[in-house]
Amino acid sequence: MDLSTSLYLVRPELILSFSSLALLLIAAWRQEAGRLVSILSVAALVGAGAYAVHYLCAGTDATAFEGLYRADAFGSFAKILIYFAAAISLMIAPKALEKMGAMRAEYPVLVILAAVGMGVMVSATDLLTLYIGLELNSLAAYVLASFARNDGRSAEAGLKYFVLGALASGILLFGMSLLYGFTGSTSFDTIGTAMTGELSMGLLFGLVFVLSGLAFKISAAPFHMWTPDVYEGAPTPVTAFFASAPKVAASALLIRIVVEAFGNQVQAWQQIVMVVALMSIIIGAVGAIGQQNLKRLLAYSSINNVGFLLIGLAAGTEQGVAAMLVYLAIYVAMTLGGFICLMQLKGRDGEMKENMADIAGLSKTRPALAAVFAIFMFSLAGIPPLFGFYGKLVVFNAAIAAGLFPLAVIGIAASVIGAFYYLKVVKTMYFDESVDSIDAADDQVLGWTGGALGLVVSPLGYLAIPLLGAVTAQAAGALF
Amino acid sequence: MNAAELPILSIMLAVPLLGAVACLFARAEMARIIALTATLFNLLLGVWLWASYDPAGAQWQFVESAALFGPIGWKLGIDGISLLLIMLSVFLMPICIGASWRAVTERVGLYMASFLLMETLMIGVFAAQDLMLFYIMFEAGLIPMYLIIGIWGGKDRIYASYKFFLYTLLGSVFMLLAMLWMIQQAGTADIPTLLNHDFPPEAQTILWLAFFASFAVKMPMWPVHTWLPDAHVQAPTAGSVILAGVLLKMGGYGFLRFSLPMFPEASAQFIWLIFGLSMVAVVYTSLVALVQDDMKKLIAYSSVAHMAIVTVGLFTFNQQGIEGAIIVMLSHGLVSGALFLCVGVIYDRLHTREISRYGGLSINMPKYALLFMLFTMASVGLPGTSGFVGEFLSLAGAYKVSTWATLIATTGIILGAGYMLYLYRRVAFGEQVNADAAAMPDLDNRELWLLAPIAAAVLWMGVYPESFLAPIRRDVATIVDRIERAAPAGDSKLKEHDKTTAKYRVQAHGGEHDKKAEGAAH
Repeated sequence: MDLSTSLYLVRPELILSFSSLALLLIAAWRQEAGRLVSILSVAALVGAGAYAVHYLCAGTDATAFEGLYRADAFGSFAKILIYFAAAISLMIAPKALEKMGAMRAEYPVLVILAAVGMGVMVSATDLLTLYIGLELNSLAAYVLASFARNDGRSAEAGLKYFVLGALASGILLFGMSLLYGFTGSTSFDTIGTAMTGELSMGLLFGLVFVLSGLAFKISAAPFHMWTPDVYEGAPTPVTAFFASAPKVAASALLIRIVVEAFGNQVQAWQQIVMVVALMSIIIGAVGAIGQQNLKRLLAYSSINNVGFLLIGLAAGTEQGVAAMLVYLAIYVAMTLGGFICLMQLKGRDGEMKENMADIAGLSKTRPALAAVFAIFMFSLAGIPPLFGFYGKLVVFNAAIAAGLFPLAVIGIAASVIGAFYYLKVVKTMYFDESVDSIDAADDQVLGWTGGALGLVVSPLGYLAIPLLGAVTAQAAGALF
Repeated sequence: MNAAELPILSIMLAVPLLGAVACLFARAEMARIIALTATLFNLLLGVWLWASYDPAGAQWQFVESAALFGPIGWKLGIDGISLLLIMLSVFLMPICIGASWRAVTERVGLYMASFLLMETLMIGVFAAQDLMLFYIMFEAGLIPMYLIIGIWGGKDRIYASYKFFLYTLLGSVFMLLAMLWMIQQAGTADIPTLLNHDFPPEAQTILWLAFFASFAVKMPMWPVHTWLPDAHVQAPTAGSVILAGVLLKMGGYGFLRFSLPMFPEASAQFIWLIFGLSMVAVVYTSLVALVQDDMKKLIAYSSVAHMAIVTVGLFTFNQQGIEGAIIVMLSHGLVSGALFLCVGVIYDRLHTREISRYGGLSINMPKYALLFMLFTMASVGLPGTSGFVGEFLSLAGAYKVSTWATLIATTGIILGAGYMLYLYRRVAFGEQVNADAAAMPDLDNRELWLLAPIAAAVLWMGVYPESFLAPIRRDVATIVDRIERAAPAGDSKLKEHDKTTAKYRVQAHGGEHDKKAEGAAH
């Protein structure tokens, strides 16, 4: 395979890499050009996304760089989601960051660099590409978390994220070195072929360490501890980004490595995934109940959602993977929407409000915002007829099809616990006396993006099911 | 013109939905008018639907199907049972809107939108022919009801709304898993096809229990009924009407549509459970009702007792029992709705539901006392009212299966007479002890217009039940045919060779037809 074919296949990453370099130059030149750079970054993401759509439609399925990278429907679908989430995060950021005095032109560049890393992650078919993509994403993310450098909480979040993220990367690397040592290769395919029959102790350890490292990245319990702190401390647009795009990337990476490299050892990892899934659901649900800070609450909600997502992986089937992709697509819309609603909570003096008490009686003073927020909450809780229900439906359907009845029963029972705190948010907005502490909206972008995402998760989203079903089936088919 | 020429069910779903969206953006006065217009229009459509329904035609009529949502099929269609329950919903809805006309002054648009959304979802539950569509409609009702109880409810509304939501949600999620398994097993989510699919008996047990978890909570059966008194007491009047009138019927409908015909063997296997819980419920909740000081709570407990008669009737596996259960559901929908309205009328005047604060209302509110008495009698099951027909038929059906269960369930009627008459005596008769209660004006025209149609329907159903039995007879017979293979043997057979009973034996008794004629005659 010649270089030009390889370069042809990595066009989305190429576009983003070159744009980020060019934009970095602009940023260095004009520090106050944040808005312009943001707009150009969104344009770059749209361009890269267009190629991903093109690959998806054309059914491209080829490897590049001697099997280090694979452009297939699965990767393309994940990239579309990632670029979409990144673009939304860029669109909602400028005004909010300006208010914090943290809007600098590096912000969009870092998001783009993270997007490149995530693109590499979802397309990686080799442990080395995987690690490069992961670290490119993570390093950008550490900086983003502490982007509001005047804010102590933001700096703390960045440091916490960095230290714990480095630990997780270390665990992951250790697992990868074991896999390499015992199979003699870093390629997923070769590892997959080597991992047949009885699993040696070294490989088992390698597998467990790799899974643990990745569980940290998707913030699944019991590796979830960093999530509430980082989500709370990071500036809200950055939190929205963390909760959406990197989750998609790390989940897709997890799916690919589990299916391609560990596909022959389902028994070895299925139990781990099941336990992690249930722990995430339960910890995510129980932990959120006492939260008074809405960002922390949404952080627990994302832990909870990762648990449901992993139920699809535990099924270990093509149907399960397709269900996960459906879930991810809906989750991205819900979680971005939830954070966009949070960003509109602004007090009379322009300060950000993020506590439960601040939204008491919001439905009287800001009925539209309260309604959209309530839609996201009910949707995250998985109550029909909102679109979030469909995501839960497909993952449980996959679990049932795979015969994992105890997992499905416990998981769905725990989802009722989760419903409690989502209801609490709705209760606070609709049933409590109004405190009238939230000022009227002044950011049109938030209103429009929030409203549009609200329509997606409203029952109108069900109209997208045929398309979503076809695309995710194609994407999942690329792995099996 | 026949309603089948139009996608009438979709239209009936769309009208309140569009009304709900319009109400959200309308001012209070406008929202009331939109809501009333939409519900009255839907009532007209409902009447047209009934007129066009052919009791001798195909089992499923007004069938619609569209592949809009991929695996979730937009399939609608009704049989006679669905038809009557849809009629009940569209009939009660304008009355609910009317009942909230003056009582609700805050956030009227949202209130009306919630009610209209409820109407769409209720019709959807009874008309859905796709398992997933049914589940979505069934569960989605939680959201508007949660808002109705939580925003416009009484003092402890928040506790009640949580309890309502989480109880019913927990019940339903297991049903969802069972449904997913069934769809995979049978390869289809089409309800008419599933009705004739034989699931293996060992799987039926689990599936039955999963459905039972949901419907028993919704129904509600003892001991998972505790959400109901809370929800009823705290909900605004119209919310109680819709809750008692239609939402509880979803449980009965679920047993009838899913549990019985899809899992006949498991249903037969669990008769002891249903009958046992129902017997406890009849006696226990009736006794609890007897000691209530709160009118709404009393009626809420009486609902649990009446619903227990429904479950007994449904699981008799014979024509009378099931027909009776359906009539009890319809009758209870009307009567308990009316009773909640009656409570609402005096609550609006005095703002208390405490029974001892009233007394002697028949002196200053004669019209009210008359209507209240009619509904009290209907709740007791006096012949000539709707309550009698249903209870008689279900108990007659139950007698064929278990004499003991029938005996105990029948005490419910006596106890029912006890608590209802006691309530009526304390409210309407006796001394006028409270000056403010004695000064209350009688029903105004609006309230009269709300109660009179229900009174007419109650009497109609009591005097000429054939109008309501005709549409369901064939559909109940279909269900009975389907579950006959598992029907339990009754314990009330005469001993063939016992001389002491020989003289009572009747030759060639045409059991079914006679009983039905009897029921119709009363």
